[in-house]
Amino acid sequence: MSELSELYQQVILDHNKKPRNFRKLETANHSAEGYNPLCGDQLTVYLHLEDDAVREISFEGSGCAISKAAASMMTQAVKGKSKHEAEQLFTEFHRMVTGELDEENTQNALGNLKIFSGVREFPVRIKCASLAWHTMHAALNNQELVSTE
Amino acid sequence: MATIEKSLTEEKEQAATWDVERIRADFPVLRQTVNGKPLVYLDNAASSQVPQVVIERGSMYLEQEHSNIHRGVHYLSQKATTAYEGARETVKRFINARGSKECIFVRGATEGINLVMHGYGRKFISAEDEIIISAMEHHANIVPWQMLCEEKGARLRVIPMNDAGELLLDEYEGLLNERTKLVAVNHVSNALGTINPIKAMIESAHKYGVPVLIDGAQSAPHMIVDVQDLDCDFYAFSGHKMFAPTGSGVVYGKARLLEQMNPFQGGGDMIKSVTFEKTTFADLPNKFEAGTPAIASQIGLGAAIDYLNSIGREQAAAYEHELLRYATERLSGIEGVRIIGTAREKASVLSFVIDEIHAHDIGTILDQEGIAVRAGHHCAQPVMQRFNVPATARASFAFYNTKEEVDVLANTIEKVIEIFS
Ligand SMILES: Cc1ncc(COP(=O)(O)O)c(C=O)c1O
Repeated sequence: MSELSELYQQVILDHNKKPRNFRKLETANHSAEGYNPLCGDQLTVYLHLEDDAVREISFEGSGCAISKAAASMMTQAVKGKSKHEAEQLFTEFHRMVTGELDEENTQNALGNLKIFSGVREFPVRIKCASLAWHTMHAALNNQELVSTE
Repeated sequence: MATIEKSLTEEKEQAATWDVERIRADFPVLRQTVNGKPLVYLDNAASSQVPQVVIERGSMYLEQEHSNIHRGVHYLSQKATTAYEGARETVKRFINARGSKECIFVRGATEGINLVMHGYGRKFISAEDEIIISAMEHHANIVPWQMLCEEKGARLRVIPMNDAGELLLDEYEGLLNERTKLVAVNHVSNALGTINPIKAMIESAHKYGVPVLIDGAQSAPHMIVDVQDLDCDFYAFSGHKMFAPTGSGVVYGKARLLEQMNPFQGGGDMIKSVTFEKTTFADLPNKFEAGTPAIASQIGLGAAIDYLNSIGREQAAAYEHELLRYATERLSGIEGVRIIGTAREKASVLSFVIDEIHAHDIGTILDQEGIAVRAGHHCAQPVMQRFNVPATARASFAFYNTKEEVDVLANTIEKVIEIFS
């Protein structure tokens, strides 16, 4: 079960149980809804953007442990970042879970998000991990609905 | 009560004599390991596995008979045509149709239902008419009717179900009326396992002169089906759920109805004569089989039916029922597991949820132990909404599964709960 314990690390299980920034954001000026038709995972990401920076971010929705934990940690990682930095993090995260980025040996800003690298051993779960990120990206760019299909 | 107990004992006796190891040897795919563990294949309701004899029949066709059917005067074309039409005869006997021309070969249940929607629905259903389906249908038996209602201004009515996943038959009787033009229900629900009392339902519909389409995708593989006894007007099923290759399937229709219907697709083989002014359609079944069909797959379906007959369909069903009973008992004994679909009459399907754990996490962890289950909405989103769950995990059984495999499933579910505790 070693790949499995890579995937379901304590941190991920903890964020699944107690997701951070898990609420509707009343002050949001950007939001988007993400949907994974394969799993039925569904979430909304709320952003409060000011001077091109993410002042506040939150999410709501339902999904598996991977998608919920990824959303929870995404909000922590992106909060306070500039729009450009958030986009860059999105790209790095996406490249890591799809196996295009060697997160250990290249310069990146992923930090504790690296615990999601185990997802790449589970091809059908990659979309779970990246759903919140795609949705955040859509909210930043004023798209309202994304689907991972 | 006494009779129920007696039949249960009988069933147990039948199940006890089932030589599952011998049966398993017929299925090459079952011999492999997944993630270092023996494969435990419990996703039979999605697609079942193919026995060696069916594989061999398919390769024999490709090696010795491959050619286009109904078209050539040459030797091979005649051999291919004979084999293809032979499979149709086998299907006819399998469902006890009056004639083999009533058995239309299609790509699967979905295409069969769409054929009836286009051929029957678009011709005979108009504005203000009503179509009755049930709350436990697969999307394949919802969406085509919705599309038709949209096009025609007709109305879709839905038979509700109780918390066990049983249709409310009084409500059904109440929905039937002079405007009803079609009833379309599944025989066995793929999401819940419920066996619906379709014979009585068909009888009720016929009192109003309403034809009934049965989605038999989940019943054909696991039950004895007699379309004359049921008196259903249409019955659709898929080969890949009954030990045959993908691309094979059947929609049965009463000849009288099929003759009145519009064709489904236009093209070669479905015509008698074509001029630019007018086309005369072919007789049944060719009228509904435009273009070159999945010849090898349909021949494979015939071989799969021969296989089922050879192992004994009743004994297979009794064994599967005993497996389902055992699995239900094992899983209900695990704290935190809730079974979705607890109808009195069930076949082969065990859907469940675990408190606070999403079905996809369950599916991933089971897969690591070599266990294949389906996790998701099972193409039945309204069923998920009815039970207020985002998704379920579903174990579905075939006669080659074992009690030991059920034990592996139950033990791994306990492990899942431990990981998330
Ligand atoms: C009850 C039911 N109806 C219809 C279908 C559709 O079958 P197919 O995809 O083979 O056309 C399925 C298969 O999932 C099913 O379980």
